[in-house]
Amino acid sequence: MNSIKKWAICALVMATYTMYPLQPLAAEINNQQEINNLKQQLQQTETLLKKMQSRLDRLEQRQAQASEQTIPAASPVVSPSITSPQYSQSQPLASPVAMPQPATSSGSASANAFNPEISAVLNGGYYMFTQPTSGFAIPGFAVGDAAGLGKRGFSLNESELDLASNIDNMFYGSLTVSLAPEGGANVEEAFVQTLNAPLGMTVKAGRFFSGIGYLNQFHAHHDDFLDRPLPNRAFLNTQFGDDGVQLRWLAPTDTFLELGGELYSGNAFPGGGGAFRGQGTWDAFMNVGGDIGYSQSWKAGLSYLQTRAIARDAFDAAGNVAGRFSGNSRLLLANMVWKWAPNGNPVDQNFRFQSEFFYRYENGLFGVTTPVSAYQGRQFGWYGEGIYQFMPRWRVGVRHSELFANNSGAAVITGGLLDTGGHRPRRDSVVVGFSNSEFSRIRLQLSRDATQPKVDYQLGLQYIMLLGAHGAHQF
Amino acid sequence: MKHHLRMTIYALLTGAIMAGFSSPAWASIRVFACEPEWAALATEIGGDNVSIYTATHALQDPHHIQARPSLIARMRRANLVIATGAQLEIGWLPVLLRQSANPKIQPGKVGYLAAANYVQKLNIPNRVDRVMGDIHPSGNPHIQTDPRNIAIVAAVLLQRLQQIDPAHADAYQARYQDFTGRWNAALQRWQQQAMPLRGERVLVYHKGWAYLLRWLGMVESDALEPVPGVPPTTSHLSSLLSKLKQQPVAMIIYAAYQNSRAAEWLAGRADIKAVKLPFTVGGTDAASDLFGLYDDTIHRLLIAAQAK
Repeated sequence: MNSIKKWAICALVMATYTMYPLQPLAAEINNQQEINNLKQQLQQTETLLKKMQSRLDRLEQRQAQASEQTIPAASPVVSPSITSPQYSQSQPLASPVAMPQPATSSGSASANAFNPEISAVLNGGYYMFTQPTSGFAIPGFAVGDAAGLGKRGFSLNESELDLASNIDNMFYGSLTVSLAPEGGANVEEAFVQTLNAPLGMTVKAGRFFSGIGYLNQFHAHHDDFLDRPLPNRAFLNTQFGDDGVQLRWLAPTDTFLELGGELYSGNAFPGGGGAFRGQGTWDAFMNVGGDIGYSQSWKAGLSYLQTRAIARDAFDAAGNVAGRFSGNSRLLLANMVWKWAPNGNPVDQNFRFQSEFFYRYENGLFGVTTPVSAYQGRQFGWYGEGIYQFMPRWRVGVRHSELFANNSGAAVITGGLLDTGGHRPRRDSVVVGFSNSEFSRIRLQLSRDATQPKVDYQLGLQYIMLLGAHGAHQF
Repeated sequence: MKHHLRMTIYALLTGAIMAGFSSPAWASIRVFACEPEWAALATEIGGDNVSIYTATHALQDPHHIQARPSLIARMRRANLVIATGAQLEIGWLPVLLRQSANPKIQPGKVGYLAAANYVQKLNIPNRVDRVMGDIHPSGNPHIQTDPRNIAIVAAVLLQRLQQIDPAHADAYQARYQDFTGRWNAALQRWQQQAMPLRGERVLVYHKGWAYLLRWLGMVESDALEPVPGVPPTTSHLSSLLSKLKQQPVAMIIYAAYQNSRAAEWLAGRADIKAVKLPFTVGGTDAASDLFGLYDDTIHRLLIAAQAK
């Protein structure tokens, strides 16, 4: 469209100049009258150009409008010539406005109309801990780099930039870049997804958050709590995503049934080192869901993830590598969510309960710098949370999460990363959230964190604000 | 572990196959109507040749629907999706469309009908800013409150049904003509009945009545929501109350899905009536179909106006 526009403008300019031929710039150029004439001509040309340009714009607009609504008429039986005359007669009330007209132009449909949906998430807060955060660890778990606690005091969290759009009639694309407060950008998600694959299939490729479990695929700004549950932090390094492909199949049934599988590079935790020539992680998941009457809806799922880790790093609270693991890691995940809203209208009141169970079996080698000692880990974790919106804009939530590790092998040394010391990590939180609109949210969370033997009481106050396009939310 | 995995896969496959067989046989065309008014219209024109699933009901706020698994499953096999459009369903429909894995009903295809694209919209903002609340850049989406818009959409729907299901083109045509005849007669009747409402000033809960008020020649004086989408606040209600002393209104109108408290509170203090209107099919007992919707709407407005 743009190049057409340029050509048209060029043509117009040329045409105008031929219509208003400039007089030869001869010797009498110093003649004042001549100069005035020239100025006048130039002005005329300019006005004409402006007129032409606005006419062209209008034409473009109309074309864009038309192409939006062009649905070939198959049957000539009736033309939806929308100004059906019969109504204009039956218009005794035809006050200032006559019969509603068919849709014409509704706003400016310029080339920018094809810009993707752009949105940004601003996120910051204040955090207080009663125990030093520097020594934080989850006893018995060799965790990834994102499993720890946040920073003390005031801090800006990751800001997020999202672009999403249909690419053409076959593909949808989405890009999420997170900007770390200390600088640097990180591609959080960048994927394309098919829109019209046959047989209920959807293929996704690129970097994306995995469809395993319930909470994992959501962006953090969607959450009702300030942080992810303990098991998500320990088993999935808060949120599992990697570079790969996903295939989903939606059953042609009235009850929601979805099967999916993913194949990943194997670089991201719980994988590491890109085993099997860069396809070290795979998973499969199944989700079923439905409604119970008008007021209740539910979804439940089962997922299995398997990976071969090659020298997967484990980190301490300071972000230093504290151990390395090589071997197989298998994770079984069961999840359910149940939602209630009176008459299915969540605007005034609604309630949600969700819970996930994790079981992981790892066997291989572990060591502080090189994986040399035998290690077998059987680890279990779960969380349950309830969120109740008791009146418009206000909600409260409670969450309990718990971990349990049973590790064995020569790698488990007293006081080491894999030694639980007989402790079961637990964490309880309550949260109060206020959303002035769908786009702004402020929340206060109190936690009793018994992840380590010394109980830590934590307070967090956080804002999350969404700028730009209105995103649609998944269930 | 391997054994467990195999068992899991068997269980999944068995589940899938059982679910596949348990789905009942349906009429030829599956219509997924986002709002009850479009479901009712599809019933009028499609008759027995279509099976209709209504995604929402009259007691739900169509702006705020959760993209529930049941909706995704129903959209998976739909032949035609009828939405209002104009960003009314922006918080949930895009997710359904993307997750439905159904190429036939994607925007731009014959199987996707956004009704608001075919009528002239009101309240098109010349400036959009979220300070103004949940406004719709392409205009007010609540087009179903004017029955003349229903007639316009009916013609579009007929065409779509004929394209998707040419075998029953004549049947759709016949039902359309029958409907249009009855609709025109009803329009005459409604407009006659509603004569006394002309020029009446009303307070609305949400700016969802622009089309109804224009049709009946009524005037919207203000809204209980301080800005669209933000629930009424006490301070806003008190300022409305003091305004009402200078410029009285005939009544306050609100939709069946909206909380009546704010409207009743203000109505009680200003000594006017708060009128619950069905807003869509099913909003009140009398609004059991499209004809009942406007019969009851006008009936309720007239009662409130007479009580003034």
